Amino acid sequence: MHELAVCQGLIGEVERVAALNGASEVTSVTVLIGPLSGVEIDLLQNAFPIARAGSVASEAELVVETGDIRVQCTGCGAQGPAAPNKLICSACGDWRVRVVSGDELLLKSVELSRAPASAN
Amino acid sequence: MCGTCGCSTTPDSLERLPKEEATETVSVLSNLLSKNNHAAAHNREHLDRAGVLCINLMSSPGAGKTALLEATIDALAGRYRIGVIEGDLETENDAERIRAKGVPAVQISTGTACHLDAHMVHRALHDLTLGDLDILFIENVGNLVCPASFDLGHHLNVTLLSTTEGDDKPAKYPVMFRSTDLMLLTKGDLLAVLDDFQPERAEAALRNLANAAPCLTVSSRDADSLAPWLNWLDARVADLKQGAPLNPVMQPDGALMHAAE
Ligand SMILES: Nc1nc2c(ncn2[C@@H]2O[C@H](COP(=O)(O)OP(=O)(O)OP(=O)(O)O)[C@@H](O)[C@H]2O)c(=O)[nH]1
Ligand SMILES: [Zn+2]
Ligand SMILES: [Zn+2]
Ligand SMILES: [Zn+2]
Ligand SMILES: [Zn+2]
Repeated sequence: MHELAVCQGLIGEVERVAALNGASEVTSVTVLIGPLSGVEIDLLQNAFPIARAGSVASEAELVVETGDIRVQCTGCGAQGPAAPNKLICSACGDWRVRVVSGDELLLKSVELSRAPASAN
Repeated sequence: MCGTCGCSTTPDSLERLPKEEATETVSVLSNLLSKNNHAAAHNREHLDRAGVLCINLMSSPGAGKTALLEATIDALAGRYRIGVIEGDLETENDAERIRAKGVPAVQISTGTACHLDAHMVHRALHDLTLGDLDILFIENVGNLVCPASFDLGHHLNVTLLSTTEGDDKPAKYPVMFRSTDLMLLTKGDLLAVLDDFQPERAEAALRNLANAAPCLTVSSRDADSLAPWLNWLDARVADLKQGAPLNPVMQPDGALMHAAE
């Protein structure tokens, strides 16, 4: 179960973004987790409340987007969908493909509120 | 300070509170493991500077990682100076087996963690004298899921699949096998008595993950069977000496690249 470690990395990134933007609170965190990322979304959702405790995102909700797997054939050039354990070209069946999307493990956006500007 | 309760609220801050707070969405697009990846790049610099080839061994528990290391150390004695980092949940057993071969071994006790990360490996690197080594093996925690997500700063991934496990493992653990630079079918001596494991099927399952990595069958109980594996190591040591950039097949973050388009 490495989802807690992934969540801790996520909170680290969120805190960095929050500090950069002078946020007083983070209300929502959106991540993109591809089917080939090795992260179980259920486990990530369970780990998030533990990881966010005591951080600027202690009340934040976690929004998980999961994209599709797409591969590009290095033989025929076609681009198409693929399954996690069958990364082959949907046009010609060749396995010499490049994964175009599906392995993302990204912090996409952060919804934050700023305390109104103050003089101190 | 507020004189009544001792809290840090000042009349001034009380005045500021009720004013409306502005909510906004900030786009980010950064890897969730960027801190780990940063540490991994730092580790790789340590290794590159010292000219040490670093190989991350991954497998399910008991697939034969430590036995392969023992046999490899014997076979390479006098040719390469070897060091080992042992990732284990609790015990020091594997590290002791390696030290019994006269090779330095640093134990990382992960406690409950099911994988190694780049920060753990960084500490272990500083416990080794890299200038005294040619090849550094990292025995990752026995687990076909979690280790695949963490770059350690090593050069190449080697995934062991034991012939006792079933030749469809790559299809069941695509994330792990997609990121391997070499698949070793271990306990090859048992193939004669196991009728349901076919190396060709295991290799086909690896190809179905768009992975061109070589697939070799070895047995730690038969020194002769190790030759292709030792040749592969020789070639990678030579690659490193020639300054070829060696990086494990890790996750390229497709979306990050699209965002930059
Ligand atoms: N027949 C046979 N048995 C082997 C071979 N390699 C390892 N074994 C046996 O498999 C068992 C596990 O081997 P280890 O080398 O400890 O496996 P490991 O992957 O290091 O195990 P963990 O560190 O616990 O994940 C031991 O009983 C070994 O004797 C082999 O090539 N042939
Ligand atoms: Zn795990
Ligand atoms: Zn094609
Ligand atoms: Zn072991
Ligand atoms: Zn260092």
